[in-house]
Amino acid sequence: MILYATKRVLLTLPIMLGVTIVCFALVHLAPGDPLISVLPPDASQSIKEQMMALYGFDRPYHEQFLRWLWRVLQGDIGTSIRTGRPVSTEISKAVGNTLMLAALATCIGFLLGTLFGFVAGYFRDTWIDKTASALSVFGVSVPHYWLGMVLVIVFAATLGWLPPTGAGPGGSEDWKWDWVHFKYLILPAVTMSVIPMGIIARTVRALVAEILSQEFVVGLRAKGLSEVGIFGHVVKNAAPTALAVMGIQLGYLLGGSILIETVFAWPGTGLLLNDAIFQRDLPLLQGTILVLAMFFVVLNLAVDVMQTMLDPRIQRA
Amino acid sequence: MADTVLDIRNLRVTFTGGAKHVRAVDGVDLAVAPGEVVALLGESGSGKSVTLRSVLRLHPEAKTRIAGSIVAAGVDVMALTGAALADFRGKTVSMIFQEPMLALDPVYSLGQQITESIRKHEPAVSAEAARRRAFELFEQVRIPSPERRLDAYPHEMSGGMRQRAMIALALACNPKVLLADEPTTALDATVQVQILLLLRELQRNLNLSMIFVTHDIGVGVEVADRIAVMYAGRIVEIGAVRDVIRTPRHPYTIGLLSTRAQGGRLSGNRLTTISGSPPDLANLPPGCAFAPRCASASAACREAAPAPVDLGAGHVVRCIHTAITA
Ligand SMILES: Nc1ncnc2c1ncn2[C@@H]1O[C@H](COP(=O)(O)OP(=O)(O)O)[C@@H](O)[C@H]1O
Ligand SMILES: [Mg+2]
Repeated sequence: MILYATKRVLLTLPIMLGVTIVCFALVHLAPGDPLISVLPPDASQSIKEQMMALYGFDRPYHEQFLRWLWRVLQGDIGTSIRTGRPVSTEISKAVGNTLMLAALATCIGFLLGTLFGFVAGYFRDTWIDKTASALSVFGVSVPHYWLGMVLVIVFAATLGWLPPTGAGPGGSEDWKWDWVHFKYLILPAVTMSVIPMGIIARTVRALVAEILSQEFVVGLRAKGLSEVGIFGHVVKNAAPTALAVMGIQLGYLLGGSILIETVFAWPGTGLLLNDAIFQRDLPLLQGTILVLAMFFVVLNLAVDVMQTMLDPRIQRA
Repeated sequence: MADTVLDIRNLRVTFTGGAKHVRAVDGVDLAVAPGEVVALLGESGSGKSVTLRSVLRLHPEAKTRIAGSIVAAGVDVMALTGAALADFRGKTVSMIFQEPMLALDPVYSLGQQITESIRKHEPAVSAEAARRRAFELFEQVRIPSPERRLDAYPHEMSGGMRQRAMIALALACNPKVLLADEPTTALDATVQVQILLLLRELQRNLNLSMIFVTHDIGVGVEVADRIAVMYAGRIVEIGAVRDVIRTPRHPYTIGLLSTRAQGGRLSGNRLTTISGSPPDLANLPPGCAFAPRCASASAACREAAPAPVDLGAGHVVRCIHTAITA
């Protein structure tokens, strides 16, 4: 198992290298001058060249890449052109906020998704199944920024139960785990949870239906297990796949939904990306994408290793 | 028969799930004495598995109509519900499936599956004691290095070893009746013989009653005291092995035995060489189900299902032409 995990970790190294190359290339593939947003349009050629040299943009690409990679390895992923603060500072704040949002959304989505999925799988082709399936189709297909706005209209504007946008009275700098702040998290989290809920419900329904149709369930019944006992077996059979799907969904949500974070003005990575794009803050964009991509790689690794640990049929060579 | 552990009377099973109702078992009577082995013989689709599964009430209730009576070790199986039914399964009567790879849970180790069974039926047994018993069971079914194999998963074992583990699981709670549904069909010929010998030895040592389903006459002769021949959901002939083999009286049994004789081998012949094909269970003829394939069939055969004819010594045939077939 440890051998497998080590092998799997080593295998991700080339992927990570690839990710860094793509992130580096982004800046140079993007149309326009990397300094376009910093310099006034009428800046003289000599100032331009000075700035290019300052940021190192005048060196050959491979040299730039290696210098950049070296800095990245030391934890320095650049400075935001807009704010002048280190990109890592900007990102870590945003990641924290997105993490809260994504974790809560995944919890809600996973709980409801597995619940709907199990119920639908157990009562296949009854009205219960059809209702649960309809809900999950709704979850997958509804545009979530639209759902977000509907929720804001209903629960914030009309009922006034929850705040419409933002991250609390003191903004994102001043987060506390109390109701005053937590209620800002609810609407975006619920909106976001609809996506994993639908996908997990559909996956679990198909899984449970498939597992229940297998002969070993008859075998379990034949040896005298109660339906509750059999349920335990169904859960253990479904767990590796269900958890893998959940992990991947968490990964997507960690990327931060640009749309949802924008609708709710939630200061996470999605909003950060949004700002970086619209303000042409290339170091920030590059750094954010790099961090998010690495997150994905590591998460995939974790999901993979976990699935292998949970499923004895996958060879642990 | 006064002395029976398992008494099935007039069992009828109809599957109502599909567009047409399938009458898979149509009036089966079968009694098994303590320590007796009855081979249930018949072509694929004749209702053998359905009969066996009925004894444990394994058919999906919503889509199955089941009638008749089944009494096992004094328990009225048809009257059992919920927890009482679960307590009965695997404890009084247990089952060996045809394909252990499919019938065992792929993500539980074999040891876990056996101890789970033991502790379900005997909650007082500790986890360690249950594990010890699983170890002894593995020794009993002669699985080499049992300690290690207890932690193996089904896919890590060979077909023969898996079937041995399945047998160990079935014996875990000392059942009185063992139902074996073609336990050797999925195995290689040499392994098949080993498993047969093992089953027979265990059956004798533990004085188990057993219904052994097979479509291989050779296997039936090898393991059974009596043979019941099934056709289209009915037992058409039943009797002691030597009576059925030496003096078969139902045209279907006669056909089966002659195909086997032509094959010239003692075992391994499948019952597929009688001319014609088995009837559609969703559309059974009113009379004898074998009549369309039978050389001796007369008009009377097609009118009403033949009543059982007792030829003495427990040799019973459902055919109105026993005078011709004698
Ligand atoms: N759950 C079910 N629903 C509908 N038909 C079934 C079901 N189980 C078995 N049958 C049908 O009942 C007949 C007898 O099947 P079975 O007892 O499995 O045959 P075999 O003698 O080969 O074991 C077959 O025609 C089969 O298609
Ligand atoms: Mg069968």
